[in-house]
Amino acid sequence: MSGTFVGMPAFPKNAAKAVQNSQLRFNLRKATHTIRGKRAAVVGELDDWAELREAGKAIKDHTLRNLDRYLLQMEEKVTEAGGTVHWARDAAEANRIVARLVKETGETEVVKVKSMATMEIGLNEALAEEGIEAFETDLAELIVQLGDDFPSHILVPAIHRNRAEIRELFLKKMAGAPKDLTDEPRALAEAARLYLRQRFLEAKVAISGANFMIAETGTLVVLESEGNGRMCLTLPKTLISVVGIEKLLPAWQDLEVFLQLLPRSSTGERMNPYTSMWTGATEGQEFHLVLLDNGRTSVLADKVGRQALRCIRCSACLNVCPVYERAGGHSYGSVYPGPIGAILTPQLRGMDTPLDRSLPYASSLCGACYEVCPVAIDIPSVLVDLRGKARHPRTEKAGMAAAGWVFNRSKRLAKAQRFGGRMRRLVPKRLPGPLSGWTDTRDLPDIPAESFRDWWVREGGADGRRPAVPPVGNLPQESRKK
Amino acid sequence: MRVALFITCVNDTLFPGTGKAAVGLLRRLGVDVEFPLAQTCCGQMHLNTGYRDEAVKLANRFTETFAGYDAVVAPSGSCAAMVREQYPHLDIEDIPKVYDLSEFLVDVLKVTDVGAYFPHKVTYHPTCHSLRGLKVGDRPTDLLKMVRGLELVPLPGAEECCGFGGTFAVKNRDVSAAMCADKIGNVMKTGAEVLCAADNSCLLHIGGTLRRQKSGVRVLHLAEILASTEESAE
Ligand code: SF4
Repeated sequence: MSGTFVGMPAFPKNAAKAVQNSQLRFNLRKATHTIRGKRAAVVGELDDWAELREAGKAIKDHTLRNLDRYLLQMEEKVTEAGGTVHWARDAAEANRIVARLVKETGETEVVKVKSMATMEIGLNEALAEEGIEAFETDLAELIVQLGDDFPSHILVPAIHRNRAEIRELFLKKMAGAPKDLTDEPRALAEAARLYLRQRFLEAKVAISGANFMIAETGTLVVLESEGNGRMCLTLPKTLISVVGIEKLLPAWQDLEVFLQLLPRSSTGERMNPYTSMWTGATEGQEFHLVLLDNGRTSVLADKVGRQALRCIRCSACLNVCPVYERAGGHSYGSVYPGPIGAILTPQLRGMDTPLDRSLPYASSLCGACYEVCPVAIDIPSVLVDLRGKARHPRTEKAGMAAAGWVFNRSKRLAKAQRFGGRMRRLVPKRLPGPLSGWTDTRDLPDIPAESFRDWWVREGGADGRRPAVPPVGNLPQESRKK
Repeated sequence: MRVALFITCVNDTLFPGTGKAAVGLLRRLGVDVEFPLAQTCCGQMHLNTGYRDEAVKLANRFTETFAGYDAVVAPSGSCAAMVREQYPHLDIEDIPKVYDLSEFLVDVLKVTDVGAYFPHKVTYHPTCHSLRGLKVGDRPTDLLKMVRGLELVPLPGAEECCGFGGTFAVKNRDVSAAMCADKIGNVMKTGAEVLCAADNSCLLHIGGTLRRQKSGVRVLHLAEILASTEESAE
């Protein structure tokens, strides 16, 4: 994955800082709760949402199981339709291919459709090193680019910015921004529109990703809201699309499912304003498809983790995540933040850095993400599985081993409880070491003098048979009815 | 029907009152509940912290301990969810039938009026694993609504996680505390005297913060409210 976040500290450290930023928390809360509400409303309209979700999951699983076959079919169909297919094993290879293709056109500027895959591989930076300037044309992506900033949300990369900040940024960084620019959304959009219009008219090369690829016909599909993507996809002479290999769908018919799942989950709309589809190259134009692996095949090899490849990047899981809402997107140190990032990044990048190792723990396992995911990715289960694969701190390992030893014999547990009961007055109000994380903001409960099991035995309760104390009689019949 | 109580390690050690209340309540409803002393922990903490092998050992131990029971009742949504939802992922066989207390009352005993009396203003936090893991739905609030004297007030943002999450509360203390602060803000808005939930782990976290802030709001497990009667009322 892209090197842009390299060297960031572990998630808890980043999050601790973000939590203190009240403006950020306010922006994020407002934005995520608004989209969350819209999503819930439009999803609630469909009686067959559960079936759609099941279908989405099944289609993706089927495709992933037969990925080899569908990829070759895709290549064949695109080639037939006049496009050229390139295979990229990793980010470096993909970047090399794209840079070469751009250079072959003789251009030094490209316009870009919002794309997660090109962010993932750090394409803009790689092109810059080759003397090629890439202009983001999605409004939010443009804001991130102008601010030399990192994206913090999949759908709304500049979700951490408010209007006033955007206005300042435009005035400072955007060529031709009117001096009297206000922070009205309309005025900001108009300024960006004028700026981008020029880019569209001048651009000879465009770079995109894709939401879906249809193997049956070799068609690529992009869903968007602004129409800027459509401009890039149609005007320039050369189009280069970088697409993760998991974006495949077998057939046109499958779009019936995904064109319902994606907009409703993503922007909370019944249908997105612009859906562009293209197959190969139109006359007089050139089309290149770069199929990107970059760690995906190794994710596919993992029995539990592979479900992450079903993801359609709708960002519904981000919008409901209580941790994302408070920690913000940057804390995840990846272009994929939130719950999906917490399971995807460590799988794509490995868990060699403190940051990547901390990601599977960036969740309270509340399950809100799984509940909204339109392709039913059981994110909590993948998180737990990844935790099992991560290297554990030594003190924690010792603690867990000790707890396991105690729990493996009930007599040991009883002894430990009695010891705790006797020591209960000695427990300090503030705990030392890592456990101070508990007592920094919370009181400890009073430790009882007697555990439940000791009470049971003292009361004459036998071991797993009839308790000596007789039951206290039945309730009158009428009150037992529902 | 042979019914066993799975008290859970946290309740056994820190909240025996919840266990006593569950036993009292079940006996009052005519259930001769048993307590196999060999029980310890379901393995949730180990699994969720990334110690799968240890968790599998404890899961197997659990399954052996409760073999032969028709129903195992646990006064903890997350431990019940661990057994029901996670054990199959751990390839555990012959998993005993585990119910959260409210499920057992409503689905097995088919009661919602358990004859309880609790004259206080109460708000209910559904807890994530009861809500999204077990999907207990309205069962707990249906039970609370039938308690005489009890005024149930809705909790704003009820479905949002309180930020406990086991070791999450320690590993990501800042985010956890921020989540809890928002939960408590919502609890305070209700004006309730008591915050009720069906999981003492979440209550340990929320209650510990409420106490630190000297808020005056008490936390109580669902079992303890349902076990209260006119005679036991303060
Ligand atoms: S994991 Fe699911 S909810 Fe999250 S972005 Fe992907 S498809 Fe959407």
